[in-house]
Amino acid sequence: MKRVSLVLTLAVAAGLSAQAASAQTLKTVKDRGMLSCGVSQGLPGFSSPDDKGNWTGLDVDICRAIAAAVFNDPSKIKFVPLSAKDRFTALQSGEIDVLSRNTTWTLSRDTSLGANFTGVTYYDGQGFLVKKSLQVKSALELNSASVCVQTGTTTEQNLADYFKGNNMKYEVIAFATADETVKAYESGRCDVFTSDVSQLYAERLKLANPADHVVLPEVISKEPLGPMVRHGDDQWFDVVKWTLFAMVSAEELGITQKNVDEMAKSDKPELKRVFGTDGNLGEQLGLTKDWVSRIVKAVGNYGESFERNVGAGSKLGIARGLNQLWNKGGIQYSPPIR
Amino acid sequence: MTIEPRKPPSQFIPRLQRALGGSAGWSGFIVQLLFVAALAWIAYEIVANARANLQAQRITAGFGFLANNAGFDVSQSLIPYSGSDPYTRVFLVGLLNTLLVSVIGIFFATVLGFLVALGRLSPNWLLSRISGGYVELIRNLPVLFQILFWYLAVLAALPNPRQSISILDSIFLSNRGLVVPKPVGTAGFEPFVAALLIAIVVAIALWRYARRQLFLHGKMIKVWPYALGLVIGLPLLSALIFGAPVKFDVPVLRGFNFAGGSRIIPEFVALTLALSTYTAAFIAEIVRAGILSVHKGQMEAGSSLGLQRGSVLRLIVIPQALRVILPPLTNQYLNLTKNSSLAVAIGYPDLVSVFAGTTLSQTGQAIEIIGITMGVYLLISLVTSAIMSFYGWRISRSMG
Repeated sequence: MKRVSLVLTLAVAAGLSAQAASAQTLKTVKDRGMLSCGVSQGLPGFSSPDDKGNWTGLDVDICRAIAAAVFNDPSKIKFVPLSAKDRFTALQSGEIDVLSRNTTWTLSRDTSLGANFTGVTYYDGQGFLVKKSLQVKSALELNSASVCVQTGTTTEQNLADYFKGNNMKYEVIAFATADETVKAYESGRCDVFTSDVSQLYAERLKLANPADHVVLPEVISKEPLGPMVRHGDDQWFDVVKWTLFAMVSAEELGITQKNVDEMAKSDKPELKRVFGTDGNLGEQLGLTKDWVSRIVKAVGNYGESFERNVGAGSKLGIARGLNQLWNKGGIQYSPPIR
Repeated sequence: MTIEPRKPPSQFIPRLQRALGGSAGWSGFIVQLLFVAALAWIAYEIVANARANLQAQRITAGFGFLANNAGFDVSQSLIPYSGSDPYTRVFLVGLLNTLLVSVIGIFFATVLGFLVALGRLSPNWLLSRISGGYVELIRNLPVLFQILFWYLAVLAALPNPRQSISILDSIFLSNRGLVVPKPVGTAGFEPFVAALLIAIVVAIALWRYARRQLFLHGKMIKVWPYALGLVIGLPLLSALIFGAPVKFDVPVLRGFNFAGGSRIIPEFVALTLALSTYTAAFIAEIVRAGILSVHKGQMEAGSSLGLQRGSVLRLIVIPQALRVILPPLTNQYLNLTKNSSLAVAIGYPDLVSVFAGTTLSQTGQAIEIIGITMGVYLLISLVTSAIMSFYGWRISRSMG
């Protein structure tokens, strides 16, 4: 009897791990009826829960768009808040289907983590937040400063490179979560809080007197932030990748949350392909023909999502900058949907 | 013709049977063999499966990453470290920081724990109530909250470096930590240390001589004034002849922070404070239980010999109580060491923070790093209990 149960346990264990290796994520998600999306533990503008517990933000919109494309329901998501340190393990282990958590695309992360970046949702760079009272005008004046940083980020390495490259000394204090890092900065333990510039603006809002703090002009790194999926599932990779491209294309084509139904009736060949009234592009992805209108109805196009969450329409008030469309002076670009 | 006594039948085979298969004999042995084989097979399957899955997902595996450059800095390091050192160095830095906070925490927790236990047993009403209150308050609050409390309380109370509290312009206390002048050895350093060592050895010899005299002849010889004179006088003499042993590198406020001197970072202070006060509450109860386990006749006998309460405790009660105290005390030491991994919450660079934290997320090699980290904690714990067992064995031997 004992031996039988042992064999059973082993068989189940072997079966489970075999499944994890060649996961058909899209099918798993459909069967589960829920998308599991890894987000931050609360970064205004990118992923944070509002006072009713609803998650909002640019990163959250990517997940909502995927859920809309798969289920035609942007609320069928389980959000999993993750610290910077735990995020990759959660993706590797299959706890989440997609990691949409202000994560910088780097070569080593693409190659060694068993995960792939699907695109860039936000072109960011690393900067420094200091108290105005220190009267620092440039990051080059930060010699011998104490710097608070969140552990397990590219930020930590950029920081070391920057201070070493400029022959400056510094003291680094690394915390596990963004909240702890900001609390230590606010309590005066550090002179400087460093992170991606977008995050600096977002965290500044949480400080007691945001106006007493200033983001220094230097941007010391390239931080292209984007969603990640597990390696080895090309279909799911395509779904996540093209969901973002659909949002960017929609902006380029002038499709908005308001006019989407109207535009869907258009006779333009380009729009007919996008809306699936001509051809079956969506089905080729494993989705439905109307996938783009589902996405735009749920979260709007990329520009709308940007403005609502981090742009002029939000508390953060960050300019589009690099994140403007390619034909309007930025570098957001989508390959053609055809 | 002599009759050779018959040899008794060999006990070897039955003994082997019993050893391998217990009372069940050979069949028991076969079952055990199968069980061990099954365990080995499961272990092999787990390793092979994990390896295959990692390969299928193209997650890097193996320990090659340890030789790569870390590329990040650490706020406190007992050995020279910079961002261009490999991950093995980061591992060492983290390990030493963990050991530092554990050893110092264990020391203070033990001292405080004994004091609180004695306080709780004291006939003084106020003292015993305060000690009791301490135990009940501290041991019933989660240790993570206590760490955060000390960290944020300590930080909030301290000024920034430019307004730091300074003593004689050489010791500075601010929210960057406590900065003290750093002793730097000079020409007189080696003679000074030699003189100090000689003085200590002679003092110990004197003390042992006095004890012998006391035990053998019942003569009480007062040696401590001579010992003290030696320990202070001899090094002083060396300093007069060879010059001061050290000069001090006095810290100076430069820019944002202090240059020169040695610094104790607030994260370390908060963590040590929280861990030692927390563990002290448990140790106090263990010590109290140990003391109460000694029959009160022992105490009365001591008192009737004319010994004072302190001497009775020190010479009669505590040595007997130690037998009861040591095993649970070892547990507390292990707990303190393991709890030190909560350091990550306040940014103290312990093993979990820099190795199982930053290194893990930079390399993504969770299995290897978590494996190494668990192995290290296991090793620290086993070594701690081995030391404590040895100490316990010595005590029980000396007591006969």
